[in-house]
Amino acid sequence: MNKNSLVSIADLNKDELLELLEQARYFEEHPNSKILDGKVVATLFFEPSTRTRLSFETAVNRLGGRVIGFSDASTTSSSKGETLHDTIKMVSNYVDLIVMRHYLEGAARYASEVTDVPVVNAGDGANQHPSQTMLDLYSIYKTQGTLNDLTITMVGDLKYGRTVHSLLMAMSYFNPTFNFVACDELQMPREYLKFCDEHGIRYTCTTDFSPEIINSSDILYMTRVQRERFTDIMEYERVKNLYALRNDMLAESKPTLRILHPLPRVNEIAYDVDSNPKAYYFDQARNGLYARQAIICRALGINPMKNEK
Amino acid sequence: MTGKKELAVAALRNGTVIDHIPSSAVFRAVRILGLENLDSSVTIGYNLESEKLGKKGIIKVADVEFPEQKLNRIAIIAPTAVVNIIRDFNVVEKRPVRLPETIVGIVKCANPKCITNNEPMPTRFHVISRDPVTIRCHYCNHAVSGSAAEVL
Repeated sequence: MNKNSLVSIADLNKDELLELLEQARYFEEHPNSKILDGKVVATLFFEPSTRTRLSFETAVNRLGGRVIGFSDASTTSSSKGETLHDTIKMVSNYVDLIVMRHYLEGAARYASEVTDVPVVNAGDGANQHPSQTMLDLYSIYKTQGTLNDLTITMVGDLKYGRTVHSLLMAMSYFNPTFNFVACDELQMPREYLKFCDEHGIRYTCTTDFSPEIINSSDILYMTRVQRERFTDIMEYERVKNLYALRNDMLAESKPTLRILHPLPRVNEIAYDVDSNPKAYYFDQARNGLYARQAIICRALGINPMKNEK
Repeated sequence: MTGKKELAVAALRNGTVIDHIPSSAVFRAVRILGLENLDSSVTIGYNLESEKLGKKGIIKVADVEFPEQKLNRIAIIAPTAVVNIIRDFNVVEKRPVRLPETIVGIVKCANPKCITNNEPMPTRFHVISRDPVTIRCHYCNHAVSGSAAEVL
């Protein structure tokens, strides 16, 4: 077990979150350097995720490290029946850091317990995806200049969307106000509402994606409503357009409002929103590079800002 | 003679009586304690009348005293259970079971996509609520109520 592993956003306290954000900002100003010179990083993708893998591998490459790994478990010995335990043990002999994505929930936690090499979770099933949360936090921090006292409206699939759950937990340090906008089937689970109650976080739950909600928000966090979440396909057809954002809905919104989306989007953000300066989802994805550079350096115990000044 | 009533129920010379088990949890308690593999005489009462629980179960095991840690495992499914240690027909010790903070290798995770259901490894749960008992998988974060927990 390595204490620098990052499996869940809940592994980080407030100071550690803020430190990572500072480092992400540093990397945005200095994306290329040689601080990982001589380091080898494994990217073990037991399930394909091109976007996340390219982002992590770019992060390593821009810092002068080298990458080994696989992008699909069907080409590895896990297809011959090797356990995750044995794969991790074997790879640990070769590398300084393991970045892993797995279709099973809890796989990254288990991997972090069987090796002394730090493990960064790049998504384990529907469970955790902390680098996504870090890039969301960094995007909010960068666009609002602060994380404190913001009104954040989450829209769409709040039941199954792990990104909204992790973001909710991470924001709990910063006195947020949440609006949860979803149909009844996909509303925020009770355990997270309880979490808000216990942490004194203000929130509203509503099915109505109203102008008042939009106009009071600092951040609109849109998510995709997936057809496969519905037992009743008629119900899906009814709600899929209720939680879609169009450009005309933003007319009276705050000038500082920014729209985030973990991507890929389907129809929940109309294409006419893309040219609105409040649309931030493509820049948000780029922030993932800087957030992941910060996460990688933390996992390796490297302080990128040490040699500054 | 505080133990007189229990003595009448148990009628054991030496051993352990576990009382006030909800009926629905009796046979899972048998499995948790591994009673199938014992040589000593075991009496299992099921659907007995109880003022507290409506229907209760009771388990009597002759000539065996279990480690406290092992008995406390029952608390996951039967937090109301009470343990009586009997020596020479007397109740020498009577205590409720106590739920540990962490439960290793006893309960199966209800999430089929959890790593623990797909790797040869022990399960691990954290107790997040004691009344009613709720436990959360250390690996996949899936929560399950103690009364619904499936014993491995």
